Amino acid sequence: MKLPIYMDNHATTRTDPRVFEAMTPYFMDVFGNAASRNHSFGWEAEEATEKARKHIADLIGATPKEIVFTSGATESNNLALKGIAEMYAERGNHVITQVTEHKAVLDTCKRLEKQGVRVTYLPVKQNGLIDLDQLRDAITDKTILISIMYANNEIGVVQPMKEIAKIAKEKGVLFHSDAVQAIGKIPVNVTSDGIDVLSLTAHKLYGPKGVGALYVRRRNPRVQITAQMDGGGHERGMRSGTLNVPGIVGLGAACDIAKQEMAQESKRLSFLRDKLKDKLFRDLDEVYINGTMEHRLPHNLNISFAYVEGESLLMGINDIAVSSGSACTSATLEPSYVLKALGAGDDLAHSSIRFGIGRFNTEDEVDYVGDKVVDVVKKLRELSPLYEMAKEGVDLSKMVWTAH
Amino acid sequence: MAYSDKVLDHYNNPRNVGSMDKNSPDVGTGMVGAPECGDVMKLQVKVDPQTGIIEDAKFKTFGCGSAIASSSLATEWLKGKTVDQALEIKNTDIVSELSLPPVKIHCSVLAEDAIKAAIGDYKKKNSVATRETVSVS
Repeated sequence: MKLPIYMDNHATTRTDPRVFEAMTPYFMDVFGNAASRNHSFGWEAEEATEKARKHIADLIGATPKEIVFTSGATESNNLALKGIAEMYAERGNHVITQVTEHKAVLDTCKRLEKQGVRVTYLPVKQNGLIDLDQLRDAITDKTILISIMYANNEIGVVQPMKEIAKIAKEKGVLFHSDAVQAIGKIPVNVTSDGIDVLSLTAHKLYGPKGVGALYVRRRNPRVQITAQMDGGGHERGMRSGTLNVPGIVGLGAACDIAKQEMAQESKRLSFLRDKLKDKLFRDLDEVYINGTMEHRLPHNLNISFAYVEGESLLMGINDIAVSSGSACTSATLEPSYVLKALGAGDDLAHSSIRFGIGRFNTEDEVDYVGDKVVDVVKKLRELSPLYEMAKEGVDLSKMVWTAH
Repeated sequence: MAYSDKVLDHYNNPRNVGSMDKNSPDVGTGMVGAPECGDVMKLQVKVDPQTGIIEDAKFKTFGCGSAIASSSLATEWLKGKTVDQALEIKNTDIVSELSLPPVKIHCSVLAEDAIKAAIGDYKKKNSVATRETVSVS
């Protein structure tokens, strides 16, 4: 077993060697511009991007013409939200989203608000899922778009896509989903799920960074999007810019592999995830799962180790790459807004660790991680005045703290 | 973030971890911070009533590695000082000793606060004890 162990696969994934291999000819041998229409260099590049387009479409139940290539999911989310708000401005100016979206959606919504769009941020229940009645109640005759992520990047909970789509359809509202974490991990099908616009990115499914796609429905309804980048009118006018051919080939190859292997792989990942969870629950007291286990990505585990601060835990397991919702590990010095939204209290957000098990993790690695985390949590609890007080029976919630 | 060697040393081998009887008259206890802020420090000093010298210091900290290191270092520095010398320890001394980056300065502030709270508790107990003695006689 090689150290350090990478177990932060919600942040990014290692490029699959098969994906890398598929990409390599497109740097130096087939280097043409896919938009060059009058020579073989261009034709070969275009053929490669169209093949990739088909692989992506096949993975999500779309048609190739509904795939728009972008630089990644942040761009896809920006294009979807801004492009729809602009295109449908005459129909209405209200967008509904939720508080636990990725910043690429939330900050785009904030910008839209400055431009006069009204945005409703739905809360989530303690299990991390939105309340469908609240969604229904939030819709007005001005609502043009609902944007709800497929699966959350921190706690891995999977939102009820079909039910949301049904409500959107009933009310004649478009439905966008940031599906970055779900694609290639669980079955996503824009047709049976009823999604109109969907964002995805290559680097979360063992593809390269810097390339993604936006699915834009062409039928029932035909969704129109105002381009947010001016230029050569590529991608049917929705996204100008010379296509990143090697990246697109990589995204296509990653989708192709995911389609072949997802069913098998997700079983393996959920076995490993459950093994880790069971180990932690067996050997430690006062550990809490953040978000529902019932509707969850197979490879996600987000756990709070009460009375232990997340960054100090990461420091103790420094040969394992994972993430924490602790304030000390974030750029803003605020604990995770996703965990805060679950209403469990900031103290549990500070104590949280996100494990993202991936294609290249082995069972030995998972066992090592389990042992190491247990050891370090026990050591840090010996150091923790809160653990000592809790064991003495002090009710910490009734203490008066000197907040600073 | 890269931690300094001294922070890593205190994190890996924390000095003077533990608790003393907070009801004992020669023990001063300071508890600062809050769980929802992500750090709580408990620092205790045991003072020789004759000399006013701190003979022992203990800590327990819930917080990041720099918070653990700051409080561990504080206990090292406290031992052998008089209570008044202890009050002269400044957070900036801790910052420079541990090479804390700007984002971790609040950990050193918390350690200074914990020292002041522990000494304050000892002094409070002490003066109360003195008054009682007076009233009895």
